[in-house]
Amino acid sequence: MAAQNNMTKVIHAMFDDDHRLLDAAGDLVAKGVKIRDVYSPFPIHGLDPVIGVKRTRIAIVSFMFGLTGLSLALLGMWYFMIGDWPMNIGGKPSFSLLENLPSFIPVSFEFTVLCAAHGMAITYMIRNKTLPGMPAVNPDPRTTDDKFVMEIADVENPGMSTAEIGEMLKSAGAIEINEKQLA
Amino acid sequence: MNFVFSNKAKVLSYVLIAIGVITIIAGYFLESHETHHTRWWTNLMINGFYFLAISLGALFFYALHFATETAWAVMLRRVIEAVYSFIPIASVVLVIVFIGATMHWNHIYHWMDNTILHEFVVESTMDSDHPVYFDSVEDAEAAGQAVMANPDYDHIIANKTAYLNVPFFWIRTLIYLGAFIWFARWFRKRSLREDEEGGTALHFKGYKRAAVYLVIFAVFSSTLSWDWIMSIDTHWFSTLFGWYVFSGMWVSAMNIITILTLYLISKGYLKDINSSHLHDMGKWVFALSFLWSYLWFSQFLLIWYSDIPEEVTYFITRIEHYKVPFFGMFIINFAIPMVMFMSRDAKRNPGFLIAIGTIIFIGHFIDTYMLITPGTMFEHWHFGWMEIGFFVGFTGLFINRVLTALTKAPLQPQKSPYLDESLHHSI
Repeated sequence: MAAQNNMTKVIHAMFDDDHRLLDAAGDLVAKGVKIRDVYSPFPIHGLDPVIGVKRTRIAIVSFMFGLTGLSLALLGMWYFMIGDWPMNIGGKPSFSLLENLPSFIPVSFEFTVLCAAHGMAITYMIRNKTLPGMPAVNPDPRTTDDKFVMEIADVENPGMSTAEIGEMLKSAGAIEINEKQLA
Repeated sequence: MNFVFSNKAKVLSYVLIAIGVITIIAGYFLESHETHHTRWWTNLMINGFYFLAISLGALFFYALHFATETAWAVMLRRVIEAVYSFIPIASVVLVIVFIGATMHWNHIYHWMDNTILHEFVVESTMDSDHPVYFDSVEDAEAAGQAVMANPDYDHIIANKTAYLNVPFFWIRTLIYLGAFIWFARWFRKRSLREDEEGGTALHFKGYKRAAVYLVIFAVFSSTLSWDWIMSIDTHWFSTLFGWYVFSGMWVSAMNIITILTLYLISKGYLKDINSSHLHDMGKWVFALSFLWSYLWFSQFLLIWYSDIPEEVTYFITRIEHYKVPFFGMFIINFAIPMVMFMSRDAKRNPGFLIAIGTIIFIGHFIDTYMLITPGTMFEHWHFGWMEIGFFVGFTGLFINRVLTALTKAPLQPQKSPYLDESLHHSI
């Protein structure tokens, strides 16, 4: 039977306005449609809870990278400036990390920020598979410019035909609807 | 909807004021006269300045959100207006302290003391009540007086008299306070007029005037902190002192605005304020705590590192005699907001915002205490019933005046062009 094949069929509904897409997503979810993803050139505020995207854990990652940076900076400075070869700079205390801590604060702060920011950015790119040189996964290059695409997979919406969903999308303001077979 | 100052809150504020009044009266008579009531005047100065700082921070943020056309904060306008309505009262308290200093009822400003400003003194008048001073031997000879070197002469302070002299100090003080009160009244009037008229013409008038105010405040916030606070430690100077005081003003103000907003919400007002507004307020308190700590530490680090005698005295006094409050308030004002407000959920939790906000409110009071007391009380400091009583009393007065100001206009601006955007604020 045709409906029983292993191919996943996805519907790509294109919108030209983020607010219309947001309203359409709300409508569709209320009617029981499961939206797989949305491709957009910029973040759409308020969309995540509507389509059921879980809250990002990137803040926790960032905090852990920051702590790593702070510890590495302090460990490094302790080793270079106190442990291995105490250095007398301007007569500041050079035999104890704690007594000379004020001098080390700027470097610790900067290294914390550096590690948190870079770690967060790189983690983000790995998780999204968008490291430089990785193949693009967005369905339509126009979503990097001024269009928005909503992706709905038929396997996630049993009991609804693609035609039915397409009809709902049309009435919700989609300007273009494409169906694609994914392997 | 207008705010109604509940009887319970009214009674509470009057009880706090009563505690303050009793402390002020008892403090004046119970403190020994030999010290010229220094502790009493210092407390008056601390509280006058702290609550002025909160109101000035509120007025600054008000102007800032106009000049940057920030939409989300429109919902908070009436709350901010109520907080800065305290400027005139706090100004009166400070003016009383300055009159006391000018009349030599107190000795908060060492540089106002005439005996240290002149190099020579007529020997026969030295022990009298009104010694005769001269700035040079030639002047004395011309006047036919025999003079000796003034043993109390302080050439560092004497060289600063071009800026630090009583008439100029008063001119500056009155210009600052006059400008603040005038701008505060103008913004409030504009806001009330907008409720009736609406439209963009009035909005852009506020926009322009806010930009002017920001420029004026940028200068005045620096110079007022030199004049009123830094000149207490007359020998000492720090170039980023103005920013440090200003950052303290700003964070205290955002903190009070947040607490007041949450109080109003808990009483069933301001229903359209959502968790995004709260999140933004929490971010402000979080970020400004960092700004304040950054400036505190920058000032400390540079002076600690260069170790120049005339600069380090400031920190030596504080570290030797005030170690616990000095470092304690830094930890309270830096570490607690940093750790507690780091997560998103914490910034959206009213109970959390109020609890941490109260700690920061007290923390910045101790910061103000540390700005003023070491320069007036030196190592003879106290932190006891008088400090707490003054603070409680002024807090009561602040609550009473601010909540009264809130009753006078609808809590939500009616016709601001940005109102709709603020209502739909979502992050």
